[in-house]
Amino acid sequence: MTWSEMQPLLTQASWDTLYMVGWSTLVTVVLGLPLGVLLVLTDRGGLLQNVVVNKVVGQVVNFGRSLPFIILLIALIPFTKMIMGTYIGRDASIVPLAIGAIPFFARLVETAVREVDHGLVEAVQAMGGSTWTVVRRVLVPEALPSLVSSVTTTVVALIGYSAMAGAVAAGGLGDLAIKQGYLRFETGLMWVTVAVLAVVIALIQYAGDAVARALHRRGGRGGPAPRLRLLKAKEPDAPAGATDEARQAA
Amino acid sequence: MPRSDRMHPCPGATEPRHSTVTETPVITTSGLTKIYRSGGREVTAIDGVDLHVREGEVYGVIGQSGAGKSSLIRCVNLLERPTSGTVTVDGQDLTALAGRGQRASRELRQARSRIGMVFQHFNLLSSRTVQDNVELPLEILGRSGRERSAKALELLDLVGLADKAKAYPAQLSGGQKQRVGIARALAGDPKVLLSDEATSALDPETTRSILQLLRDLNRQLGLTVLLITHEMDVVKTVCDSAALMERGRVVESGTVDELLATPGSQLAAALFPVGGGASGPDSTVLDITFHGESTGRPVISQLARTYNVDVSILGAAVDTVGGAQIGRMRIELPGRYDDNVVPVGFLREQGLQVELVGQDAPARPAGSEVKEVAK
Repeated sequence: MTWSEMQPLLTQASWDTLYMVGWSTLVTVVLGLPLGVLLVLTDRGGLLQNVVVNKVVGQVVNFGRSLPFIILLIALIPFTKMIMGTYIGRDASIVPLAIGAIPFFARLVETAVREVDHGLVEAVQAMGGSTWTVVRRVLVPEALPSLVSSVTTTVVALIGYSAMAGAVAAGGLGDLAIKQGYLRFETGLMWVTVAVLAVVIALIQYAGDAVARALHRRGGRGGPAPRLRLLKAKEPDAPAGATDEARQAA
Repeated sequence: MPRSDRMHPCPGATEPRHSTVTETPVITTSGLTKIYRSGGREVTAIDGVDLHVREGEVYGVIGQSGAGKSSLIRCVNLLERPTSGTVTVDGQDLTALAGRGQRASRELRQARSRIGMVFQHFNLLSSRTVQDNVELPLEILGRSGRERSAKALELLDLVGLADKAKAYPAQLSGGQKQRVGIARALAGDPKVLLSDEATSALDPETTRSILQLLRDLNRQLGLTVLLITHEMDVVKTVCDSAALMERGRVVESGTVDELLATPGSQLAAALFPVGGGASGPDSTVLDITFHGESTGRPVISQLARTYNVDVSILGAAVDTVGGAQIGRMRIELPGRYDDNVVPVGFLREQGLQVELVGQDAPARPAGSEVKEVAK
């Protein structure tokens, strides 16, 4: 297969992937963000402490995350058909993609929001702020750099999921690599597709990191966010080590 | 601290004390109790605290960590729900507004918006500029954009940070952050400011400038300040009244003058530690507290001249408490207490507060005896 033959296929597949991933990311963020915040708020000691809601939502999220995506894709066929009228094609695949990513994203949101200093929540409560004010003015804006990183991670995961969407004839780069490249022995096409995927993912990761870092720097918490976090994580270890020494001395 | 000096309306010893204090109670707690339950165990953080903070005064609650001061100040605006007892702020019973469960009712939230609060770790939103941080309480009150920014800039000017409006909190020093915290707390025009260890994360010099700011705001705006601290210096520098907390109870409270005039007051002793023990068995050790006009008089040399006794000074401290000069001195007179009744009477006549130190003395200074001699 020559480059001129490959090019239209690649262009079409790239657009399909971006289309599926773009829409499903949007749906994931719109539904996953409130879900993640809800997990924090309803947790023990949270602003809307509710053990029942917290346990139920937590279990649903865990179940969603434990299913392999290809199984979820098939299992959701009736549901997808109910919502989109069909379960085949690019548009229909957005439903299982979003549902697969929502629990994943919600857990990332939960972790990010939990990191927000409780003192800030207390400060806004002391000003007379309601729980909604706390969510809107404190939890989400303060967690924003981490939330952007979470979205990046989710987009990359969705690109992975979208490769399986070929199973419901949704097209995309993954589908191209399997059907044209692997099954029809177009090894050249397969490698080109893999390269395109690698470049797309690298670009997304780079852009996501850049945004997160810019937000981080604005807040002034210093340094490139993702890489230095590994180093920074060691700081709290120091006092722990010191107490260990003290214990040995005692 | 930059520009803190612009806020001294009437510096020096000439400024009247308690200029803004009235007898109207602004914060009253009665029988306030907070019990934490965890895993079947009960911990009593506050145990029946009655607090009376008068309008326009700076009231300090001092105690060691774990004494319950932090729970106490959080109960005043109901960030912590008291287990029992009532809190009244500016004539409004907040405990009655609380509503059920953990969520604050609308009425309680409105009441909170009229109580400013500053925190030990500042608690500024790192995602917002200094100005936006100060505007936050006004956003919650639903003020318009123009009104918010005018008010925020006015307050930043008041705390001496007008040029930092567009900076982010991370670009500020600790003292500057606390100034922003104070400006934010004042945004809703509160009558009452709660200060939760506001200076405990700051160095001594910055602490002084922040305390001076609180004092100035108290004077200029007639703001009532309730502060908690573990530093005696804070009480000494700014407080009109103070309470000492131990294991959830208030063990001493009153105006600083009253406390200093109370024999055996732990707070007074802690405010003015004077050391030194007796040099031998045949001597009398006295703690003398000077306040008011007696500070200016040469009482000790008069005592030595008049009664021809040798006075040894074991320790002494003179300081300014809430704008007035207070002195405390520990002196030693030769001979047992019985031999020194007349000199002690002389000191009492001069309007000084005299306390006997040591074990062989009567438990309470024998006031009646001294009076008889004085007649």
